[in-house]
Amino acid sequence: MESPRVTILCGHYGCGKTNLALNLALEAAAAGGPVALVDLDVVNPYFRSCEYRGLLEQNGVRLIAPVFAGTTLDTPTLPPEIYSIFSPQTGRVFVDAGGDDAGATALGGLSRQLEEAGCQMLYVVNRFRALTQTPEEAASLLKEVEAASRLRAAGVVNNSHLGVETTWAHVEAAEEFGRRTAERLGLPLLYSTVPDFAAKSPLPQGFRRVRRYVRFAWEEE
Amino acid sequence: MKVLMKGNEALAEAAIRAGCRHFFGYPITPQTELAAYMSKRMPKVGGTYLQAESEISAINMVLGAASAGVRAMTSSSSPGISLKSEGISYMAGSDLPALIINVQRGGPGLGGIQPSQADYWQATKATGHGDFQILVFAPSTVQEMVDLVSDAFDAADRWRMPAMILADGMLGQMMEPVALPEEGRAQLVEKPWAAAGHGGKRPHNVINSLYLTPDKLEELVAARYFRYDQVKRQEQRAETYLCEDAELILVAYGASARVARSAVNQARERGRKVGLIRPITLWPFPADCLQEAAKTAKAFLSVEMSMGQMVDDVKLAIDCKAPVHFYGRTGGMIPTPAGVLEEIERLV
Repeated sequence: MESPRVTILCGHYGCGKTNLALNLALEAAAAGGPVALVDLDVVNPYFRSCEYRGLLEQNGVRLIAPVFAGTTLDTPTLPPEIYSIFSPQTGRVFVDAGGDDAGATALGGLSRQLEEAGCQMLYVVNRFRALTQTPEEAASLLKEVEAASRLRAAGVVNNSHLGVETTWAHVEAAEEFGRRTAERLGLPLLYSTVPDFAAKSPLPQGFRRVRRYVRFAWEEE
Repeated sequence: MKVLMKGNEALAEAAIRAGCRHFFGYPITPQTELAAYMSKRMPKVGGTYLQAESEISAINMVLGAASAGVRAMTSSSSPGISLKSEGISYMAGSDLPALIINVQRGGPGLGGIQPSQADYWQATKATGHGDFQILVFAPSTVQEMVDLVSDAFDAADRWRMPAMILADGMLGQMMEPVALPEEGRAQLVEKPWAAAGHGGKRPHNVINSLYLTPDKLEELVAARYFRYDQVKRQEQRAETYLCEDAELILVAYGASARVARSAVNQARERGRKVGLIRPITLWPFPADCLQEAAKTAKAFLSVEMSMGQMVDDVKLAIDCKAPVHFYGRTGGMIPTPAGVLEEIERLV
């Protein structure tokens, strides 16, 4: 089944949406065709996809970010350019929504056009993220996100990780959390991610390797 | 089990686990998640979360709660701390323990919302008017934010003085794995001085910072400074890294220390004899550790996200026995390991 042209990533802030969005957009660009990444976070000025403009543009991904993103002006403003994502010529689009229901609010005003353009909203969860560690907690947050975004999630991505300390054991142990969260929501679990440095080879079915693009200023290359 | 937490959330959860049940605050970037987290958690543990009408109200609510002997805290970012400074001075003048968190952003004025360490002087020299000091702790990881919240509450109670966690926007916003202490393990001390009701069994306890008789006020301030001398002897904390044979020692705290550590590792790979001293307490400043290092080191390099506010403290700590150089960025810019390495290469 071909996935819809527009993929929206939503979830608790800090679950790893930005890193996943970077991975998906860069993979799609490597596969060919035009790709755009939309940084729709109008809530948080730190650790967001627009900080990776250089990496994205070098690899053929167009970045669409809020007007004042990356400056220190703390103003929630969407760029007019956002409307280009509804044109099929833009190609594959990945939307990195802001965290929680507050961050998802920016989707609400675009929900009708997003649905017409053909979109899937993926709910990203992380077993190790404080406050959404149980399937019950993770499931209840999605209801708030759906209400704010006026969109329904099409599937769950289990992005369970513990930052640089992630091991295969962590990822494997969190698999059940992903499955139970999806079950509770009545949604398919699309896949579980594993950071490349923690991946085992060959990777069992249902897992997807991701690179760690979101890093700290002091991390050595 | 470890969990992933944002620095701001970790500070809040650590405070709850340290027995704090009274939080008074006012939102400001990049600290807001702390207050937001408290607003969700405090009602669940039977505590009080109150968003005050201003920073000034919030700090005075902390003063009131601390007077009653409970663990109370507030948090803000740079401009908000300036507003709280009057209340902090009143608390110091009333010998009240409490925790104040500053998730620093660029200044002066409204400045910016990116990370900064430009409130070093404010925290260590002049958090408000009058002769006084507060305890200042400088975490450099999210785990250390958790650990130091509990230590800061304990030290504040031990010495009956306000304590501050001096963090920055990077530490507040970044996500790292943390192990949290178990709930209900906090060591809460008796506070016979607290104004929490005498039940007709003892004279009134009075919490006050107004003393109109000069000799009485001088006596109180002198007694406080006698206590500060003990604090200086007992509470200094620093971490040393690769200092044994180091000819050049970097001095950096908080997020800057992580950048400096990366630069030290890279310099070591090139065979440079470089080390790092990371102050964990900024007041009292870890002078003993620096004096020890000055016996062998040929030079020091202070690395900061400010225009060099810590340089004088390093010079004083080592009695100017070696040159103290400076490398820093300000206004919300974060030094890079490459930038620090370049400065190291220039100096060795």
